[in-house]
Amino acid sequence: MTQDRIIYGIFFLVITAIGFAVENHYYLQLLTIIGINTLLALGLNMLMGYAGQISLGHAAFYGIGAYTTAILTVHYNINPWMSLPCALFLAVLVAVIVGLPTLKLTGYYLGMGTLGFGMIVHILFREWSSLTGGASGFVGIPPLEIGPISFFPARNYFYLVWFTVLISFVFCKRLIKSRMGRALRAIHDSENAAKAVGINTRNMKLEIFVFSAALSALSGFFYAHMVSFISPESFSFLVSVKIVTMVVIGGMASIWGSLLGASLLTMLPEWLHSFSDFEMVVYGLILMLVMIITPQGLTRGILDIYERSRTTKNKP
Amino acid sequence: MAIKGVSLSVAEGELVSLIGANGSGKSTLLQAVCGLLPGWEGELAFKNDSLKGLHPPAIVQKGISLVPEGRLIFPPLSVLDNLKLGAYTRYRKKQHIEIAQDLEMVMTLFPVLKERTRQAAGTLSGGEQQMLAIGRALMAKPSLLLLDEPSMGLAPLLVDKILKTLVQLRENGITILLVEQNAQAALKIADRGYVLETGRVVLQGNSEDLLADDEVKRAYLGKDYGDFYDGRG
Repeated sequence: MTQDRIIYGIFFLVITAIGFAVENHYYLQLLTIIGINTLLALGLNMLMGYAGQISLGHAAFYGIGAYTTAILTVHYNINPWMSLPCALFLAVLVAVIVGLPTLKLTGYYLGMGTLGFGMIVHILFREWSSLTGGASGFVGIPPLEIGPISFFPARNYFYLVWFTVLISFVFCKRLIKSRMGRALRAIHDSENAAKAVGINTRNMKLEIFVFSAALSALSGFFYAHMVSFISPESFSFLVSVKIVTMVVIGGMASIWGSLLGASLLTMLPEWLHSFSDFEMVVYGLILMLVMIITPQGLTRGILDIYERSRTTKNKP
Repeated sequence: MAIKGVSLSVAEGELVSLIGANGSGKSTLLQAVCGLLPGWEGELAFKNDSLKGLHPPAIVQKGISLVPEGRLIFPPLSVLDNLKLGAYTRYRKKQHIEIAQDLEMVMTLFPVLKERTRQAAGTLSGGEQQMLAIGRALMAKPSLLLLDEPSMGLAPLLVDKILKTLVQLRENGITILLVEQNAQAALKIADRGYVLETGRVVLQGNSEDLLADDEVKRAYLGKDYGDFYDGRG
């Protein structure tokens, strides 16, 4: 517990320091996007890494969060802070409706089921033009503010998102160490054995699915108010796959893995611009190499390398 | 269905063994009791309450715990987490003090587990995993403990140890239904026994009688016809 506190303390200081040190608005915005992606990856990691339930439709919840707040604030002039609970509620509602039948599926079949759901929602965003603006997107989403503090400046938004990430980390870590966290890992391992010890596996899977959907909707909310323009392509099937990749690359069943995975997948395209035409080739190659060298994700890989270096140092 | 027309009872404080060969329906029966097998027909009662249509969590809360076939511990989780998962339904009721006491009880019953609380359960040996599975079941504070072939794949010395533990648990007031292929060992510690064959009870009675029964000896105790017909011409 104390060790955790020290780590959170360091994390807090790092966030604060980066916020102070980075002057360039472009970089601040990029870092904010990493934060938003971290929230997304964290949500999916709780579902996939801990409970072992794959979802290939998480971009849908991300999109529901973004579009709900966009529609409410622009069409109905509702304060963004009032639209946040609405967005979360809608995501939770949809997650319950979708989760009840699909969570009966396991493995690949669950992947297929959620994939279908993601595609349906994506088509809704694109075709329901009167409400969503259709394929050309949705413009004019207002920035966030609390009283006199506006989150329009990149630095303020950076702090808002990253402190939300910090709080989510603390919350998720506590959840994992609790009775519920143990139950989730038990379900991941063997659903039958989990039932035998008296875990209501159906409810437990639904609860974590809903929680994960809510976190995704929260990221969608932050995303919409940051870029002020959203289009259906930001919530397509490819985005769902990208979230899964963040979790797998970063490390399944690891909170910090979500941060690593989101950082790598957000930064890589930026670093690879110099390859111009070959950008995607190099991108794919790097992901392949990461998976070959650290099949259990970056977090586990880095820990392994650290432990190996320590044992070799101790040898006479 | 793997079983048909089976009727058996376990009185409070009793240790009953259910023996039978592969495919005789022993595990099916236990799964039905635990609610892991929906859709059976018939009647199942525990302390005068019907168990029909109940889901596993409700059955665990009624005080029935299963030590599943093949142990089914959670290998990547630590030994301590495995044990705590056994008390899952009790954490909901905030019985933290009682749970801590029971944890202590399980650790004294199986001192090996105490040395390895932080270790991943998958790294334990087969015997230790079986002890963990029993310990996990005990953490639910059951009044009826069901065991599905706890001796499977274990060395004779360990089987002995595990069965002795069961006798000790019975003395502590836990009712036990033991399903075994290892008929001799199971009947030796039991009060009564049932013999299941292709889904039906073919024999039942006191364990001494069953141990002495020719039919049981032939089929399950590894004595062949030669021994019986000796001297009978």
